[in-house]
Amino acid sequence: MTEMSKIKHHLTGPLLMGYAAGTLPEAFNLVVATHISMCDSCRAALAEYDAVGGEVMMSGAPVAVAEDALNATLALIDRGVVEEAPAKKTAGGIFPAPLQSYVNGDLESVKWRKVGGGVSQMILKTSDEASVRLLRIPAGTAVPDHGHHGTELTLVLQGAFVDESDRFAAGDVEVANEDMNHTPVAEAGLDCICLAATDAPLRFNGLMPRLAQKFMNI
Amino acid sequence: MNDMLTDTNALANADAPSAVTSYDGAAAQLFRKVGKQKVTAEVATKRMAWVAELYAVRDNKDRAAFAELFGHFAPRVKSFLMKSGASPDLAEECTQEVMATLWNKAHLFDPTKASVSTWIFTIARNRKIDLLRKQRRPEPEDLPWGPEAEPEAADAMGLQQETEQLGRALATLPEEQRRLIERAYFGELSHSEIAAETGLPLGTIKSRIRLALDRLRHAMK
Ligand SMILES: [Zn+2]
Repeated sequence: MTEMSKIKHHLTGPLLMGYAAGTLPEAFNLVVATHISMCDSCRAALAEYDAVGGEVMMSGAPVAVAEDALNATLALIDRGVVEEAPAKKTAGGIFPAPLQSYVNGDLESVKWRKVGGGVSQMILKTSDEASVRLLRIPAGTAVPDHGHHGTELTLVLQGAFVDESDRFAAGDVEVANEDMNHTPVAEAGLDCICLAATDAPLRFNGLMPRLAQKFMNI
Repeated sequence: MNDMLTDTNALANADAPSAVTSYDGAAAQLFRKVGKQKVTAEVATKRMAWVAELYAVRDNKDRAAFAELFGHFAPRVKSFLMKSGASPDLAEECTQEVMATLWNKAHLFDPTKASVSTWIFTIARNRKIDLLRKQRRPEPEDLPWGPEAEPEAADAMGLQQETEQLGRALATLPEEQRRLIERAYFGELSHSEIAAETGLPLGTIKSRIRLALDRLRHAMK
C-alpha cells in the first residue's frame, strides 16, 4: 500500500457513524471499508462509533427472548449450524481486500470499458440504492465538469487528481454534496484510479458531457 | 495468590459474582496483570467480568459462562433488532444466531480493541445487514502485521473503562439528543440526516486505539 501517513482527506463523522450503524448503501460501505483499510485514523474513529452502537444497544429496554432460547442456541452451536466466518484477509497489491473481493482480484483483473474522453470505468455490483464504480482517468485528463444530486464519495487508489478545492492523492477520499460543482483533473504521472460511489446519477453541464453521460451511464 | 484472588473478586462482583473466580487461563492471567497496574478498576468491573466470561467460553467451552452472557446480552440484541425493523420472530431467530456466532468467534475477541458490548453489537449489526437489508457487508482488511502479542492488561482495562464512560455519557445526554443518536443506529435517519455533532465526548477510544496502531507499526519496523 502507499504511504498511509500522507492521507489528508478522511471520511466524515456521519459516514463513519452510518457505516458503524449498518445503515449506508452497500456502495458507500465499500468505499468506507476500502478507505479504512488504508487509514489508521479512520480505523480508530470507527472503533469509537462501533462503541457508541454497543452502548445504544445496551441502553435499550431488554426484550424477553423465547423461554427455550438458550437451549435452542446451544443446540445451534452443537449442530454447527452457524458457520464461522472465514478470517478477513490482508491483500497484497494496489487494491485493499474489500475492493479485491468485488473486483475478484487486483488492478490487473479490472475489466475496463471506455466511456469517452480517455476515461474508462468498471461498475461493481452492489445493491441498487447507490452505485459504485472504478474510474481510470489518464494522467493530465479532466473529467467533465459535473454537479451532484446526492452524495458522492471518491477514493483515490493510484495517482492523484486536483480540483477547485484541493489535491487528492492515494488514500484520500473526497466527499461531495449537492452544492458542489467541480472539474477534477488527473495529475501528470500515473493514471489516476479512483473508486467512486454515488446515491444519485451525476449531472453534467454542457451538451457534450451530457451526451457522454448517457453513453457512460454515470 | 491471595492478592490475585482479592483482585479477581473485586473485578467480578458487580454483575456475575460466581462466574469469574473459577476461570483459569487467559482471564486469570489478565486479572493478575491488572492487579499490578495502577488503573482505577471500579468503572470497568462489570465489563472485565464479561471479558472473563468470554475467555471462559473461548478456552473451556464453558456453558455456565455462556449462559451468563446470554442472559445479559440476548434480550438487548433482540431489542436492538426489533427497533431496527425486525419482526419479533425474525429478531428471536437472529438473536440466537448472533449468540451462536459469539461462541464460534470467541477466539477473535480482543479486549484492547473493544468492549464485549461493542463486539456483540458489531455481530448483531452484520447479521441485521445480512438478514434485513439482504446486502453484503464489505469489511476493512486486517492489519498487515499479522497476529498481535497477547493483549496488554492495562490497555484492555483502559478501553473497558472508556467504553463504560461513553455509555454513561450517552445516558446523561439530553433526551432529544440521545434519541437522535439512537435513531441513527436503528436506521431511522438517512446518512445525509445524521448530524456530525453527537454531543458525546468522542476521542478517548479513538486516541487509545490510534496509539496502539502507531505502536504496532513502530514494532514492525
Ligand atoms: Zn481516513
